[in-house]
Parts: sequence; C-alpha cells; structure tokens
Amino acid sequence: MTSIARSVSFRAFSAIRSSYRVTVQMPRLDRRTFSGSTRVSVIKFTKDHEWIQHDPSVSDIATVGITAYAAHALGDAVFVELPNLDTEVAAGDPFGAVESVKSASDIMSPVSGIVVETNQKLADKPSLINKSPEKDGWILKIKVSDASELDGLMEASEYEAYVKK
Amino acid sequence: MVPFAGYSMPVLYSDQGVGDSHKFVREKAGLFDVSHMVQHRLTGPGALAFLHSVTPSDLLKLSPGQSTLSVLLHPVTGGIVDDLIITLENPDNFYVVTNAACKEKDIEYIRTNIAKFDESSNGKVTHEVLGNHGLIALQGPLANVILQEYIDSTPARGKLDLKTLYFGFATYLDIPLGLGNVETLHIARGGYTGEDGFEIAISAKNAEAVTQAILDIGARGDRIKLTGLGARDSLRLEAGMCLYGHDIDDTTTPIEAGLKWLIGKQRIMSSNFNGAEIVARQYGDWKLVERRRVGFFVDGAPAREGAEVVDKGTDTVIGKITSGCPSPTLGRNIAMGYVKSGFHKAGTPVGVKVRGKVRDGVVAKMPFVEAKYYKN
Repeated sequence: MTSIARSVSFRAFSAIRSSYRVTVQMPRLDRRTFSGSTRVSVIKFTKDHEWIQHDPSVSDIATVGITAYAAHALGDAVFVELPNLDTEVAAGDPFGAVESVKSASDIMSPVSGIVVETNQKLADKPSLINKSPEKDGWILKIKVSDASELDGLMEASEYEAYVKK
Repeated sequence: MVPFAGYSMPVLYSDQGVGDSHKFVREKAGLFDVSHMVQHRLTGPGALAFLHSVTPSDLLKLSPGQSTLSVLLHPVTGGIVDDLIITLENPDNFYVVTNAACKEKDIEYIRTNIAKFDESSNGKVTHEVLGNHGLIALQGPLANVILQEYIDSTPARGKLDLKTLYFGFATYLDIPLGLGNVETLHIARGGYTGEDGFEIAISAKNAEAVTQAILDIGARGDRIKLTGLGARDSLRLEAGMCLYGHDIDDTTTPIEAGLKWLIGKQRIMSSNFNGAEIVARQYGDWKLVERRRVGFFVDGAPAREGAEVVDKGTDTVIGKITSGCPSPTLGRNIAMGYVKSGFHKAGTPVGVKVRGKVRDGVVAKMPFVEAKYYKN
C-alpha cells in the first residue's frame, strides 16, 4: 500500500506530464461572506495531493477530497474505501484508499479530527473521483480538532508550484 | 516511463488508462514493447542435454519451431530460478527468452551450470545472449489480421500464411525493407495475455521501422494501440499466468506453483535435472506439497501482493496473495497467491486481509478469462 504521492511518482510520469497540463482547480464549494467579515472558505492542499476545504466561521467541519491532479495520475478508480463514521484520525493517518486497476493508494487525513460524514455516492460510483474530484467526488467530512493545523498546508498557488516541480 | 531492472519501461501510454488499454487488447489489438526481455541462443551438440540438466521439461517432445514454457531450477531446493520460453529450432539449436529482472542471475546460472556440465560425454554447448534485438508483442483478436496485412504489404507477400502458424510455434520470415536491407523476423505465436497473438523479434536497426509499419497498418480502422506494461500485468493475471518475483521465485517449486503440466514424465523417471530430488518427490505425492498456487475472487477491496489469506473460521493465516487487481474484463477483483494444501480447491471460502479488514474471498479456477489461442 502506498500513499497517493508515492503512487503518483511511481506511475508513468513522463507520459502524465507531457499530456496533462497542471491546472489546480479550486473546489467549487460554497463561499459565504458574512457581514462585517471577509472571511471565506479556506482551501488548502497537502503534499499527498488531498484538498481540504474549511470555513471556520461557519462550523468546525471540513470537507476532504483528492486533487484533480492526483485523480488523473491514479487513473480510473474502481473502488474507494471509506472510513467508518466517528473514526478518530490524526493528521497524516491513512483513512481510506483509492483503488485503480494498477494500484491502491492511501488517502491521508490532512488534519486531525473525527470523521462525521463520508460520500456514499463513491461506494456505488467510484468513477466520480475521476469525473469530479474536487466537487461531487469529495471523500469525507471531518470535524477538525485543531484548525491551526490547516496553516501548515499549502495554498492553491503553492500546490500548483509543487506539482509542477 | 518507469525504471525497471536497469531499463526505462513504458508502463502507461498517455492516451489511455490501464483499464481502457486492457479492454482494447481483449477487443482489438495491443502492441507491447517487451524489448527488455532477454533473448538467448543455446547451440551445439550438447544443447539439448544441457537444457535437460537445468529444466524439468521434455524438450524431445517439441517439433522444430515449437516452444514451451519452462523453468530453470535450483540444483538443491528445486526452487524456480526463472521462468522462460524455450523454442527448439533443431536439437542442437534453441532460442530462449528469460526475464529482464533476472538477467544477471540467469547469465551467472547458465555460466555456472555449463561449467558443471559434462561436455565430454554430452557434447559441447555454447551460450549466447542476443543483445541487439528488439522484441514486440502483438496481442488480441485482431493481431493475426494486422500482422498478415503487414506481411502482405511487403515484398514478403505470400511467403507466410499465418493460418499455418499455430499457438506455441515460431518461424522466421525474411522481409526485404529496400536498399538491400533484409530483416529476418522471428515470429512466435503466443504471448502473455491469454489472447491470440505474436511475439516478434527484430534486429535493433530495423525494430523501429517494422514496429511503426505494423502500427500504421493497425491504425486503419482504429484496430491497434500501443499498450503499456501496466495493462500487460492485468491481462496476464486474468490469463492466470505467473509473474516472476511475485507469483513464483526461488522459494517456490514448479509443483507448488501449479506448473506440474510443464514437467516431462520421462524427465521425472530419469531424474537427471537440477532439483530433481524434491521435484520428483512432489510430483509423485501431493501430500508432500505443503502449499499451492491458486486463484481467488475477493469482494470489496482488491487484494494486492502481500495481503494475508486467512481461514474464515479461525482467522489463522493460511496463505498470501502474490498478485491481484480489479479485473477489467470481469468487473470483479481477482488475485492469485498461495494457500496451504487442503484450502486449494476451487470454491473454498477464505478471508483476505486488506488494510486490516478481512474481506470475503473464494478460491477460484484459473484462468479467470478463457484463453483464445489459435490451436491446430
């Protein structure tokens, strides 16, 4: 079992790089602005190619998925393993997996917290991960125990530079 | 491109994912660059006796031009040093293909065993590694149509009717490429996908031109795609074929590996090959075989190499998965691996541990997808 980052680097990378132009799509999730506050959803990225979207002004629940870049590199998902609800995870823990014909890749939790919801659509239709990794193919929602952990993750621009490296 | 055994290997081409690529081979045709495979020639009056000293195959059963899968065996343990394809051209000339990952080991093995070989009573044997050859595999239901069209598009038209070349046989064909450049292709019917197809050896200088010409002909009607080694792995697994270093290795005997069929009965009687002592004992008595290579279907998460197989009642470990993936053809998870004898019968329910959870599995017959060889 390998992390997405390892699977991604293992795969035929020259092929992927030449054919896939890196565009980091921002998850198109609700961005609410509250009166008197310009605070909007924070979207951060991990080195392991997960995204996490969180709006601390609304709740302590964040949405997690894998990036379009990772979804493309992993290939057609045929099975997505989702964790049980109420599972407690620490940042960096594997909490699920995406399986393609070629490989199984762990999905690591970007932050510490408790799993409060999983995307059941993925159980019936794992290909959602490829079709819409940053929207309908979200993986789970997590109750964030320490919001400051998000500060250590990458901004969209940093992630874009990271995958271009 | 992915580094493998010192080669840069095409695992995935950019126009297709592994699943689509796999299905294309089952429906039309795929062309694989397998030039990393190691091609050898063993010649001399002692060639047959030498191959009989290192493999359990009965090569006398081969007609000229016929091939067989075989195994190089460890002299003491009877473990598989490598698997290989041996083609008899005549009894003092054999064409042999071995695995790239075992290249150094195999060359050393052959050298050591030739040194031990009694040339004064058996005759001399010479070993040569064919360094300057490309090898492509053309596989799938349309492979024969495409290759025939290619042959007929050259001045070699009419020189080879593929209807006369059966599975497990090989032939040479001279193709004049112009300006006095004549390429002698070695065309073997067979492959590593379970489909009808060919493995074609081409000299390095003409490998690209011939490959391109075949691709161009196959491109008419969108019948061919370059196929990466990722799809080759799922195709061979559906076909129930072993991958050396995973499903078979130095610690597995051919009997445990389910390769009893490649052992010659006569060879067991004479027992004059490496590892004969243990192989002959296992050949004669299944009770001496502690574990067996079998296929599995696994529910839910696909089981990959290294996953433990457990007895569902007691949770005791009874085996290990050596290869596994979701089967693109069947739409369910397939795997192969070893289980303790007694659990090896098709239909036996087992548990397979993936990411700490025991999944429902069942021992299954192989091949998972029926082979479609062109046989006489």
